[in-house]
Amino acid sequence: MNRPVRRTAGGRRLLLGTDHRHVTVGVREAAVCAAAALVVAALAVVGLWLGDFPLRLDEVLGVLGGRIDGLTRTVVLEWRLPRIAAAVAFGAALGVAGAIFQTITRNPLASPDIIGLANGSFTGMLIALLLLGGGWHLLMLGSLTGGLLAALAIYLLAYRDGLSGFRFIVVGVGVSSMLAATNTWLLLRADLETALFAAAWGAGSLNAATADVVWPAAAIILVLLAVTPLWAAALAQLELGDDVAAASGVAVDRHRAVLVVIAVALVSAVTTVAGPISFVALAAPQIARRLVRAPGLPLAATAGVGALLLLGADLVAQHVIPLTVPVGVVTVTLGGAYLLWLLVHEIRRTRWSTR
Amino acid sequence: MTATTPARAVRPTTGRTARRRTTWRWLVGAVVVLVGSLVLSVFVGANPVPPADVWAALRGAGSDTAQYVVWGQRLPRTLAGLLVGAGLGVAGALMQAFTRNALAEPGILGVNAGAAAFVAAGIAFFGITSPAGYMWLALLGALLVAVAVYAVGGAADLRATPTRLLVTGVATGAVLAGVTTGITLTHPDTFDRMRGWNAGSLLERDTAVVLPVLPLIVAGLLAALVAARSLNALALGPDLAAAQGVSLVRTRLLVLGAVTLLAGGASAIAGPISFVGLVVPHLVRWGVGTDQRRILAGSLLAGGMLVLLADVLGRIAVLPSEMPVGIVTAFVGAPMLIALARRRRATAL
Repeated sequence: MNRPVRRTAGGRRLLLGTDHRHVTVGVREAAVCAAAALVVAALAVVGLWLGDFPLRLDEVLGVLGGRIDGLTRTVVLEWRLPRIAAAVAFGAALGVAGAIFQTITRNPLASPDIIGLANGSFTGMLIALLLLGGGWHLLMLGSLTGGLLAALAIYLLAYRDGLSGFRFIVVGVGVSSMLAATNTWLLLRADLETALFAAAWGAGSLNAATADVVWPAAAIILVLLAVTPLWAAALAQLELGDDVAAASGVAVDRHRAVLVVIAVALVSAVTTVAGPISFVALAAPQIARRLVRAPGLPLAATAGVGALLLLGADLVAQHVIPLTVPVGVVTVTLGGAYLLWLLVHEIRRTRWSTR
Repeated sequence: MTATTPARAVRPTTGRTARRRTTWRWLVGAVVVLVGSLVLSVFVGANPVPPADVWAALRGAGSDTAQYVVWGQRLPRTLAGLLVGAGLGVAGALMQAFTRNALAEPGILGVNAGAAAFVAAGIAFFGITSPAGYMWLALLGALLVAVAVYAVGGAADLRATPTRLLVTGVATGAVLAGVTTGITLTHPDTFDRMRGWNAGSLLERDTAVVLPVLPLIVAGLLAALVAARSLNALALGPDLAAAQGVSLVRTRLLVLGAVTLLAGGASAIAGPISFVGLVVPHLVRWGVGTDQRRILAGSLLAGGMLVLLADVLGRIAVLPSEMPVGIVTAFVGAPMLIALARRRRATAL
């Protein structure tokens, strides 16, 4: 291993292992991931620290170190930690799901929203709320069922001799817009108070992120994120287009199906607890790509950026803005503003690829 | 891009003539249906006026009620529907041709988000509640935001690809949508009014709303007409288009100007109806092929048709109340879109 660092089209890559058996890690991507992890950790501590129940920073650190028990421990680990964990896990999940969708459809505008997950889960939640008049658990069940049914409907309608990316998008747009119209109609018919509550849920909120629902959802997400790298190579090939991917030995349909299922499961786990938090899925891959300066969408960095985006937005929503605004609203605003900032600075630096 | 243009073999002249004849058949059929929709839109409504009275009112006779319903409500509303539909259809076709992206719709450049943010702010902070007031706010918001997006997205900079514009539009739209949601969720009264405006409706769109927007949409259609020829070359990619002598900057400015006027005007009249601009060009493309001029003409007719028919349907679907046209267009158009997408040879861009 005399040349541990290699320059490739995607920037410098660190070569781990021998010349014959190795994995390569992009230097810049590793740096971005490490930075994201550090900031996420710092923000998490801040999130555990701030709140209605006043704590000192050393108390928080003491609880984390296992040195303090009692009420302080309850506040930190049982009241605040679930919400922080939810923000981190959900942000990462949405980011990765977005990267998968954008890669397999080869379209930077594709996000889980277009395949009906967000609108479908909102429809399910609205039906549970307006027609069945349910509590939190019924709303979650409705949201999960709605999202999965919408995804299933789109998959079945778009499947014909395999799953073409273009047909998939168009059918997704069709089903999505019907669901969106249904939602608008249901909201119009509801009385104002109910409609306001539903709209706040529809904007995406972590208010319902309590321990009993967050830990199962986070566990599912963790498992899914852990298996995703197994398909990373196939994903990179799919990005080149179906024909090239097939020619280079990728079973296009099978891998795409698996990846879609992973992405749908990731988003469903999030949406069930937090409602359709928009924009993380759309923005995180694009932001990560610009930070890493990679030709494709970097999965690990996307997960980091997604977690950072959602956690930061939730902290701002909880502690900075005087009004109670759903985290989804803050995410959209902050993420959009940051993406704009990146865009403004980018044109001076590089010529654009077509993505 | 997914642009797997179907390999059409070069056919002998007879086949080409046949295809031209099919296209003509499509166009004539579309014009007939469009005229039919116009007639329906004038004669059908929640306010039951017998056809004979409508006819009398159209000729200047008839009762005062019939006169008011026809001249004060239905005719302006029909014109509004026609303008919105045609404008959105053409704007959508332009966007998809220009960005070569199947998901591009006219509102994506921030037009709808800008309009919504201005309308929400107008209701919440200045107490504006009339359709004409919404129209001016929406128009101002749409135009200002579009110009801002073009400035950031590098609209006149040839090094910047259309994708950059799209992402800029999406990001700007997201920021504004966040602001709008923030305003509405904290002002219940504004929320109440915005959920009606957001659905996209032609209710109470009288001449005070329609006439100021008319010149903008006409100007947008003219710009689209001028740009149409270059779009076919642009479909091959910017390099090949330039090699064929197309001025990229001129085309880009024409297209963006047209899209802004058309989508901004439509949004000012009816609120955001994103579905029409997104779907009509796809439907038309599957009917008439990939020639952009035919797609533009077809989208003009089909857009007007879809909005007018959806509006008529919305007036009578849930009597005594009314279903907003934005909702009906999705219910009518989406099944058609899905059915066409499932055909064996779906035409990509």
